[in-house]
Amino acid sequence: MSETANATKVSGVRRLVAEAGRLASLIVPPRTGGGSRLGYWLLLLVLLLVIAPVLSLLAIAFGDAGDVWPHLLSTVLPRSIMTTVWLMLGVGGLTSLLGVSSAWLVTMCRFPGRGVFLWALLLPLAIPTYIVAYTAVDLLDYSGPAQTLIRWLFGFKSARDYWFPEVRSLPGSILVMSFVLYPYVFLTTRATFLMQSACALDVARTLGAGPVRLFFAVALPLARPAIVVGVTLAMMECLNDIGAVEFFGVKTLTFSVYDTWLNRASLAGAAQISTVMLVVVLLLLWLERRGRREQRFATTTRRYQSLPSFRLRGWRAGAAFLVCLLPILLGFVLPASVLMRSVLFHWRDNINSDFLAAAGNSLLLASVAALLTASLGTALAYFARSQKSALVKAVTRLSSIGYAVPGTVLAVGILIPVAWLDNLIASSMKEWFGIASGLVLIGSGAAMLYAYCVRFMAMSYGAGETGLQRVSPNLEAAARTLGRSPWQTLVEIDLPMIRPALMSGALLVFVDVMKELPATILLRPFNFNTLATLVYGQASLEAFEKGALAALTIVLVGIVPVILLSRTSGRSMHE
Amino acid sequence: MRHSCRALRATVSVAALLTISTNASLAASEVNIYSYRQPFLIEPLLEAFQKETGIRANLIFAKQGLETRIEAEGENSPADLLLSTDVGRLEAAKQQGIAQPVASDILKANIPARYRDADNQWFGLTTRARVVYASKERVKQDSITYEDLADPKWKGRICTRSGQHDYTIGLIASMIVHHGEEETRAWLEGLKANLARRPTSNDRAQVKAVYAGECDLALGNTYYMGQMQTNDKEPEQKEWAASVRILFPNTDGRGTHVNISGMLLVKHAPNRDNAIKLMEFLSSAEAQQIYAEGNFEYPVLDGVEPSAIVKSWGSFKPDSVALGEIADARKKASELVDIVDFDAGAN
Repeated sequence: MSETANATKVSGVRRLVAEAGRLASLIVPPRTGGGSRLGYWLLLLVLLLVIAPVLSLLAIAFGDAGDVWPHLLSTVLPRSIMTTVWLMLGVGGLTSLLGVSSAWLVTMCRFPGRGVFLWALLLPLAIPTYIVAYTAVDLLDYSGPAQTLIRWLFGFKSARDYWFPEVRSLPGSILVMSFVLYPYVFLTTRATFLMQSACALDVARTLGAGPVRLFFAVALPLARPAIVVGVTLAMMECLNDIGAVEFFGVKTLTFSVYDTWLNRASLAGAAQISTVMLVVVLLLLWLERRGRREQRFATTTRRYQSLPSFRLRGWRAGAAFLVCLLPILLGFVLPASVLMRSVLFHWRDNINSDFLAAAGNSLLLASVAALLTASLGTALAYFARSQKSALVKAVTRLSSIGYAVPGTVLAVGILIPVAWLDNLIASSMKEWFGIASGLVLIGSGAAMLYAYCVRFMAMSYGAGETGLQRVSPNLEAAARTLGRSPWQTLVEIDLPMIRPALMSGALLVFVDVMKELPATILLRPFNFNTLATLVYGQASLEAFEKGALAALTIVLVGIVPVILLSRTSGRSMHE
Repeated sequence: MRHSCRALRATVSVAALLTISTNASLAASEVNIYSYRQPFLIEPLLEAFQKETGIRANLIFAKQGLETRIEAEGENSPADLLLSTDVGRLEAAKQQGIAQPVASDILKANIPARYRDADNQWFGLTTRARVVYASKERVKQDSITYEDLADPKWKGRICTRSGQHDYTIGLIASMIVHHGEEETRAWLEGLKANLARRPTSNDRAQVKAVYAGECDLALGNTYYMGQMQTNDKEPEQKEWAASVRILFPNTDGRGTHVNISGMLLVKHAPNRDNAIKLMEFLSSAEAQQIYAEGNFEYPVLDGVEPSAIVKSWGSFKPDSVALGEIADARKKASELVDIVDFDAGAN
């Protein structure tokens, strides 16, 4: 037993050494044209920049955490680990249920309302979890409409006279988060349902498979990687959420990280907990990849036939309608109407120059960040694909790591290298030119853009990667044989084929930057607001209604690209 | 390759533009503030200061992490002043070494010794008491002590926000200073057993819970009463406020626990002179008056009266223990909260 274990360990080490050697040889750029050599170095630089914050976090974690660990282990951690596990399982299960069922229905079936559901199912994506949490409490609280109605109906006098489920609880947060996060699953799954060759489905149908069998035997297994990507995004989002869990008083691991940093005054301890969390997340991601390593679903055709569809009638149509309506109602219509109400009642407090300036800032930051992140993410995904070494691929994949770290912790991780670089710039400016430039990167807002890139690289990288997975290597090989350079191959073959995936990646980044809080708050320049920080400022004053317009704007702005995306992705597939 | 060059050039010029536009807005005579206090609250003060001195204040507001930012920014940090809402944070910032002492006779004269750091590294600007909001309908007694709150007669009748919140930690720390760790732990367990619901949300929501009949006593800071009583935007909050009375705990004995909002001068403050001017201004009668009227807090400067609404809650005796001592017990307090698993609520 132990001998075999040793043997595997030795061969593992040998493999690692071999990989390291290969990596070293790879770091020397290939001797092709000068252009690609420059590109190679640039990509390595990008990779380093994207990983730097996590490295700085690790450096903090090696610092002295004081005597905080025995205390944490005996009190906080066991509880918060259990809470976190339940939260993630709950959200993972519910989002896949909601996302996959609705994606399948709108893609493969015809029923009344389908045309609207196609885009409306993405709407909750535009609502930040902290806003949904707030509105859920607003609705279900003692003085909210639900309980007021109950009291009126039954003649109850006070909260003691009846039982009502507490929203601020673990089940409450699972429900609330799932209904906003399921679009991640919907989006990735639907893209796969659309891209999967109609032929596979046709073959299955010719072999006599009914719609149910078709779904479980062909479509679902084919879509598994996409579902996993979506669920992973949703789960990471809820793992790292602080706004909603803080509001609900649900003590997750992320919450403990905060407490450790702020109340136990141990940044090192906080970094250590996040490091452990990070390792767990990476382990999960690795397992997931290992699980589907053998599976490759490449399509060789760029022509997609219209997918076969099932026409639903009667109760089936009704059921499909409800299945699609429910998540939109709870994840979007209700919270949006609460915001609308606040805007209508308090519009005077909402429309002012602060709001306009913040809206401008948000739009600018989100567009630049989406562009930047989408290009870099695709470039990195393309780079990883062109590499043979598994280690290089793995290292490149680390560029998605920013998404696996809680926002505020990552913000601290970003702050430290940025501030270091900024100080370097400042002192060299003083030394060489005698100019007191101050901290240029932080002062200009460039640090925020950098933070968004690091935080949301997973979105564009993942999109680029799944997109590229579907491009048959044969096509690229053919292009190269015909004398195209790697760059030309990328532009002429890959990019057009992965356009929908790319756009969905950029869209996710755009919407998420609009919502982003922790990094923006920690890294913003003086007198600078985005819509999200405006909402945050008012919410911390417990005057959420004054931030309602800013919140609603985040939501509305988020909707536009959502609709655009659902249109273009649907059309390009069916042309 | 050409494409990428163009993209690169575009990115660089966008970044350069951003740099120029934001840096240009920072004029010469100014002071830079990192603040845990809400902008709306300090903006009237900063406007008055600018009118008087011509010095313009720039502001960054956040709820956490500003100390870490100051430390990371190091020598080139633009921060001059840190404004905070809790003595624990001010003390922690001092320990972290991001503050510098200010030797100002004006500050010394205006701010009572127990509301400022012995080494002159932080200074209190306003005080607020942590009081008991009692249901007018269901609670008849007119006085109470913090110690009473652990009495089983309150079982299922008390609401409070999270035990890990700064304000609760401050209160628990003051209990540790007065009674020691063991006794405080027993007290905290008793209080936990009396909770009507899991501690969540903010101080105001606890008062609302009293109004709703979920509990009879709620712990909260004083100024929330004023905010609710005068809330024309959400008139329902006036009803919440009307359903409770403020009881100042221990006012016949050692005194009611108070906390401060305060300020400190950042170690590498680039506009040091302006910052000290602002600090002195904030402790002056004029600024203290604005504070008193703006947020229903108690001014630290002797002779400046609280607002009429604040006075209507009655007078009280503040706990005389030095706040620095309470700040030191903060870590222990936070640990106790974990040990008794306070935030799980009564079973």
